[in-house]
Amino acid sequence: MTGFLAVLRRDLLLARRHGSGGALVLAFFVIAAALFPLGVGPEPGVLARIAGGVVWICGLLAVLLSLDRLFQADHEDGSLEQLALAGPSLWVIVLAKVAAHWLSIGLPLVLLAPLLGLLLQLPLEALPVLTLSMLLGTPSLCLIGGIGAALTVGIRRGGVLLSLLVLPLYVPPLIFGVAAVEAVVTGLGARPHLLLLAAQALAALALAPWATAAALRLALE
Amino acid sequence: MHRFANPARFARLSARALPWAWAVAGLALGSGLVGGLLLAPADYQQGDSVRIMFVHVPSAWMAMFVYAFMAAASAVGLIWRHALADIAAKAAAPLGAGFTFAALATGSLWGQPMWGTWWVWDARLTSVLVLFFLYLGYIALWQAIEDPGKAARAAAILALVGVVNLPIIKFSVDWWNTLHQPASVLRLAGPTIHSSMLWPLLLMAVGFKAYFVAVLLLRMHAELNWRRIRALRLTAGESTDSSHGFATLPAERASL
Repeated sequence: MTGFLAVLRRDLLLARRHGSGGALVLAFFVIAAALFPLGVGPEPGVLARIAGGVVWICGLLAVLLSLDRLFQADHEDGSLEQLALAGPSLWVIVLAKVAAHWLSIGLPLVLLAPLLGLLLQLPLEALPVLTLSMLLGTPSLCLIGGIGAALTVGIRRGGVLLSLLVLPLYVPPLIFGVAAVEAVVTGLGARPHLLLLAAQALAALALAPWATAAALRLALE
Repeated sequence: MHRFANPARFARLSARALPWAWAVAGLALGSGLVGGLLLAPADYQQGDSVRIMFVHVPSAWMAMFVYAFMAAASAVGLIWRHALADIAAKAAAPLGAGFTFAALATGSLWGQPMWGTWWVWDARLTSVLVLFFLYLGYIALWQAIEDPGKAARAAAILALVGVVNLPIIKFSVDWWNTLHQPASVLRLAGPTIHSSMLWPLLLMAVGFKAYFVAVLLLRMHAELNWRRIRALRLTAGESTDSSHGFATLPAERASL
């Protein structure tokens, strides 16, 4: 536990002092979402119809963009090896790093999501569900993305490969996240979709750090 | 299992099995095609378009079967460091991608006259498309990592993570009420498809599977030979290096 907290504190500190990385990802999130009204036209009806999906996809791509730095920087300067040699098991360190990643990237995305939903004419009653679905979905995105980031950590030009590996695995959270928003808009309950999102997050929490640690161990050989 | 880990024994056994696999594939595919395209009756609703099913359904089965095979081989390779299992998984991936593409393409050709559209984003179609991209990602990961041992293990982790998609594909038509019809052959209550169409379909399925086995064995042979050539080249390169007159220390040579 102390190891977990130490790595978490270190990564959050690094994220804060580097500063720009996280802010750039958030800027990407907003800009990408802002392109949609330009692309499909500004009619409120159309925008309201697609707002949930747009916010979700832009958030998903923002997480994807930020993934390549998850382990890369530590791998390059050798601190990843030091962490792997340190006391706690590798999956604990992975969990701490992913948690820090979620706190510095995922959580701001969640907080921005209702604002973007509002700008995209999403009905007011759907905003809490959009936020909640992002809150339950982004941990899955970070955890699953961690596997891809670990698999591509030592590879040159791994970014494109990373997206090919990770995007197919992002389909289930996306489906249920958007379905939850849609259910509220059409007057049905969002509860089953949100529960399934939570279940995915828990399954990812149980399994992903393990696979990520196995992949990192490969990169460290 | 480790009895089959010896490449020489594998080469011997598979060379003996290969002609049989080809024979079964040729016979089953030949008779299945005759049965499906000529003997089976046209469907009372779908007309002759129903004959696309005799390629589509076996391809779709194989798309999932090959992934399951690949994942199982990956698990064996990862757990027991079984080199032949790694090679089997690697050799199976392009075949699986091919079957998946065939299933998607034939489904699209069938959907145009039947559903009036080439493509719908229903659960079954989307999850099979995702499966296709999983195959592509797996192949790309193999190609991105130079060291075969490392590549095998990284790809194995990816294959095992991707297994979550298989139950989603299988049960997508039961969980979501979608355009794609539910299973009509592999059902607890018995198949709902008439026997005149069932037997060519099963023959085609056997033929596809035998074809997969035959090509898999061929590809594994090719991979083993390629690795042998690479090893020979490396040692040959080493000896020409030393004949250039560069003095190499024995210890250095041994480490190459």
